[in-house]
Amino acid sequence: MLGEGIVKGMLETARNFAGSFVSKERLTTVEYPEQRIPTVEAARVFPFLVYDGADWEGGMRCVACQICEKECPPQCIYIEKSKDKKPDFVGKPQFYPARFDIDISVCMSCQICVEVCPFEAIKMDTQFELATDDRFGGLLLDRHELAKSNEYYHSIHPTESTEVDARLAEEKAKADAKTKAAADAAAAKAAAAAAAPPAAPPATPTKEGGS
Amino acid sequence: MAANLDQIFIHLRDWLVAFLPVVLRPATGVLLSVIAIVCVFPGLFALTTVFERKGLGRIQNRLGPNRVGPFGFFQPIADGIKSLTKEDIVPLSANAGVHFLAPLVLVVTVFMGFAVLPMGRNMVLVDMDAGLLFFFAMGAATELSVFMAGWSSRNKYSLLGAMRAVAQMISYEVVLLLSSVSVVMISGSLSLPKIVDAQNQYTGVFPHWYIFTPWGLAGFIMYAIAATAETNRSPFDLPEGESELVAGYHTEYSGFKFALFFLGEYLAMFSISGLGTTLFLGGWSAPLSFLTFIPSWCWFFGKVMLSIFVFIWMRGTLPRLRQDQLMNFAWKFVLPFTLLDLMVTALWRFMGDGWLRWVVCTVILGTAYVFMARLQWRQKHIGPRSYRYAE
Repeated sequence: MLGEGIVKGMLETARNFAGSFVSKERLTTVEYPEQRIPTVEAARVFPFLVYDGADWEGGMRCVACQICEKECPPQCIYIEKSKDKKPDFVGKPQFYPARFDIDISVCMSCQICVEVCPFEAIKMDTQFELATDDRFGGLLLDRHELAKSNEYYHSIHPTESTEVDARLAEEKAKADAKTKAAADAAAAKAAAAAAAPPAAPPATPTKEGGS
Repeated sequence: MAANLDQIFIHLRDWLVAFLPVVLRPATGVLLSVIAIVCVFPGLFALTTVFERKGLGRIQNRLGPNRVGPFGFFQPIADGIKSLTKEDIVPLSANAGVHFLAPLVLVVTVFMGFAVLPMGRNMVLVDMDAGLLFFFAMGAATELSVFMAGWSSRNKYSLLGAMRAVAQMISYEVVLLLSSVSVVMISGSLSLPKIVDAQNQYTGVFPHWYIFTPWGLAGFIMYAIAATAETNRSPFDLPEGESELVAGYHTEYSGFKFALFFLGEYLAMFSISGLGTTLFLGGWSAPLSFLTFIPSWCWFFGKVMLSIFVFIWMRGTLPRLRQDQLMNFAWKFVLPFTLLDLMVTALWRFMGDGWLRWVVCTVILGTAYVFMARLQWRQKHIGPRSYRYAE
């Protein structure tokens, strides 16, 4: 019968029209600024720099190795290496970034910087409300704006950050064992030396920092 | 009291006019009515745009606009401010004069149509003897403005849209006219108030609306199809099909000129719904005899808004037709059926009162409907699709 399909279609839309006033399941709209869906754990937007402890500058894991800068496909990272060194989490003196800028107007959130970082220093953020009225300054994030604490990292990516922490703890334990062995060896040597003529006390490497 | 409320606008006008000297009274009265029309219908237009967007949203299980004002009802104000403050761009190679005139011609001709519509008892601006003819003459002028817009823009999309619009509007204009002719044949008048008067009678509680007769129902459906095509509404919105033609004939319009096109389109919808109401739905007369205490203009505007709702409902349901489908539908189905309806109307007129004419007319129209649908279906070759690939 001609027109049957039209009637069927009209009934369907009428059902939608009336139903949307009655049943809440029909309306899938989330009214964004007021209502929010919690982000899934795998969500990622732009990278940030992780620091340990309370001091963002002292605890920053980044050692300014510039691997991410070289790997970044759109070349949005700019790093300036420091002249001096500061001890990292295992206590080894390392360079730190005197400047670390990411231009998020260029960044494409590909996560390659995170993949290549050997120091677990750069991770993906979930913060996406970065609109600004200054498209040059406002979208060029410096190291202070990029620095976020390890606790924050735990809050946005719990599973991943726990794994990272375990890996770092293992590394630190290994490094500690190594220093301890070295110290022991040095102490033994010193003891041996002390048994013979008296000598200068062994120079034990400093042990600071750590997560 | 009820009669007073019914005539409230007439009384208001007379009261205002009485302050003036006698010489000026007729002209001022007309002027006041014109002002009323020019204010009421754009106001309805503003209301309709927001209701349409909200209604379409609901049809698609969305919320629709809800940001500006309570429930988003100030959206039209925001839209108006936006279109007023936007830059008005005229293409360098466009014919500036015609480009400027096209939206004006559209809005003016559409407004002219309202002059002959009876919007309530005694509420008609010009009680013209050939009001229906005047209305269609003005309706035909909108095609001119569409073509002016498409031609003067010097843009291929505009021109294609305008060509489509003209082809479509002329095809459906025929149907629109012929379906109205059957009403004229029964009521014996081209004057719209007289046509309403002819329908404003009751048998028991039921009114003598033309839609409640076999020929009237068929005529109304054909009229509704043609009216949808005339006003370029979905599913006949080919002249401005976004996916094919950017925006059709108003591609090169921006700012307030575009807003005028938008306004003209909705006003055309109101006027054509008003005419359909007048011709088939009894105009301002109440649907049941005991409801006559409600003012006549309430019924008129209620019926118009109901038709607008159906327009929106169809827009939310039906996909856009293809040009050849549109033309085939007009010339191979709607037009023959309207012609048949015209003959059935004549039969109805000359068979006199009694139940026999109901049976005969219903059977003829029903058989024709089924038969024509079968015929259309048979001509369609629906089989496995064949594809051709570039080599």
